[in-house]
Amino acid sequence: MTATIAAPERPVAEPKTPWSPTRSSRIQTFTTLLIAGIVAGVLVLFTGVAGLDGFGVTFFVLSLALAVIRTARLGSKERTDMLMKVVVTSAAVLAFTPWLSIFGSVIFKGYVGIRPNFFTQDMGTTVPDDYLEFGGAIHAIVGSLLMVLIATVVTLPLGILSGVYLTEVRGRLSFLVRFVVQSMSGVPSIVAGLFIYTTLVFATDTFSGLAGALALAVLMLPTVARTSEEVLKLVPEDLRSAGYALGARQWRTAFMVVIPTVRSGLTTAAILGIARVVGETAPLLLTSLSNTVVRVNPVDGPMASLPTYIFGYLQIGTENAVLRAWTGSLVLLFIVLVLFTLARRFGGKDKR
Amino acid sequence: MTVIYNREDKIFRGIVTGGALTSLVVLGLIGLFLFLRGAQVFNDKGISFITGVNWTAGTGDGAILDDFSIGAMLVGTIVVSLIALVFAFPLAIGGALYLEFYAPTRVKKPLVTLLDLAASIPSLIFGLWGIEIFTRFGERWAILLSKWLGWIPIFNVQFENFGRSPFIAGCVLASLIVPITTSVAREVYSRTPRDLVDTCYALGGTKWGAIRSVVVPYGKSGVIGGAMLGLGRALGETVAVYLLLNLVFRYNFRILESEGGNVASLIATKFGEATEYEIKALVAAGFVLFLLTLVVNMTATTIVQRSTPRA
Repeated sequence: MTATIAAPERPVAEPKTPWSPTRSSRIQTFTTLLIAGIVAGVLVLFTGVAGLDGFGVTFFVLSLALAVIRTARLGSKERTDMLMKVVVTSAAVLAFTPWLSIFGSVIFKGYVGIRPNFFTQDMGTTVPDDYLEFGGAIHAIVGSLLMVLIATVVTLPLGILSGVYLTEVRGRLSFLVRFVVQSMSGVPSIVAGLFIYTTLVFATDTFSGLAGALALAVLMLPTVARTSEEVLKLVPEDLRSAGYALGARQWRTAFMVVIPTVRSGLTTAAILGIARVVGETAPLLLTSLSNTVVRVNPVDGPMASLPTYIFGYLQIGTENAVLRAWTGSLVLLFIVLVLFTLARRFGGKDKR
Repeated sequence: MTVIYNREDKIFRGIVTGGALTSLVVLGLIGLFLFLRGAQVFNDKGISFITGVNWTAGTGDGAILDDFSIGAMLVGTIVVSLIALVFAFPLAIGGALYLEFYAPTRVKKPLVTLLDLAASIPSLIFGLWGIEIFTRFGERWAILLSKWLGWIPIFNVQFENFGRSPFIAGCVLASLIVPITTSVAREVYSRTPRDLVDTCYALGGTKWGAIRSVVVPYGKSGVIGGAMLGLGRALGETVAVYLLLNLVFRYNFRILESEGGNVASLIATKFGEATEYEIKALVAAGFVLFLLTLVVNMTATTIVQRSTPRA
């Protein structure tokens, strides 16, 4: 005879999400953070611990201590888990803080110099330390746009061809091309500048916007090529088959079916490439240098650009000159931000 | 399947192949031209070009002779990059783990956007921020380090002048390479087979248990590749280091001392008023830097490509 133990009848629990934090654990987390924050704040205000960084460190140490206290009744595994949660989160906060600080400081310091004349005047007749009501950066903005435009015109076809090779032609050199493109994206920007200097500037004996643009093109090519490959890979194989089935040759399929399908993705490739190089300073210091008046002829001597403008005025170091550098940085950062948003907008289109 | 291409297609494939090989050609030309223009210096100096310390421009009348070598700058490059890596690596791992496993969905999205955006902040702006904003904090930490850990040789200082040190430049470089390292690490971690992680939870493991025993080992080589990509970027960084470091031609391992430099910033600094022979020496320095970063990047690329198989 076997004894059967009848399970006591209890209402079956509703299926929940056991991994998500419960109400009480949330309250606990909030309280511990609050306590740590208050204590750290008091320490900073009334003892020798100083500044935002001092607050951060005390907060971190206190959180660790509180995590140990919280898990006192649990096992060592839970304690490690809780401690590592604090450590990982703190590392993430520490990793992200500088970028927020950069955005904050550039906006805060840069907006002082945002005046109409910054976008309408050049520095031809203004000394660097003049009042911010005089002079501007139109020459640098025009120079940057021009150089980036030339670089894009040179790079985009090459980058797309590289992508087409990897996705359409799929030749024997695919691995090599992919590898070289990836390695090339790590070439230091100053080396790209030196390369153009030893070739073009040496040969023509002049620094010029064109030289700057070509140095930028060297840096832009890997980004454009890689992004092109990524977007071309998204084209469904069916579309190619359909093209072939209609009797189109490979080149017609590539140019009339595949590439038009990812037009906006290729725009993204160009935008990402531009965003990559628009802030490059080092290569321009060796190729296009800088000047103080608007110049639209890319082969007519040195040409200013936003990065060299910022760099130059930062080097001068007087109060208003440095403010001009901050304002230039704000404009540059704004351009990068716009490009970034555009890239997202266009990038999102193809995936849908 | 054998495909037969007609003439049109062969022309097409030829043109595309040519276009795709541009990057190879450009990369080759960079190496070739830098080597050719710098050859004279390599010839004159031999191995002492990369072991010597001095960078002295001659007076031309023979009183002081040209003496260009980049040993001190190579050491400086490596010191600054290693400092950057030491700070950036744990932060990037932490950031990637946080984004993949800890961040609530609502927080995750904006943070990923911020991460992508941070990767496109020009290094010039990092330099500007470093010298105008960060230096204050960095100096404070440097003073603490030298006070409490000054008995360790690398934290020792001779002159109590803490600004513009490899330590501060390294910190700024760290925040500059964190985005790329974090992106790669996140990419690698997100490829961890979901069922392995779930198995860990099902066996009663904690989140950290799953991360330690599955996620981290799984993503190890990819993360190392990502760190090397970051290292490559730090090795070749010019303007941020130029703005944040005093160029001093001396082997310097005391990271809190305000002297140092790297090859890239050497080129940017000396280029303006260099003599013809000095330019050749700078180009030769550029060639060495090119080789150094190329080796680091190729290794990193190989590791990353191997650990993230293409779909």
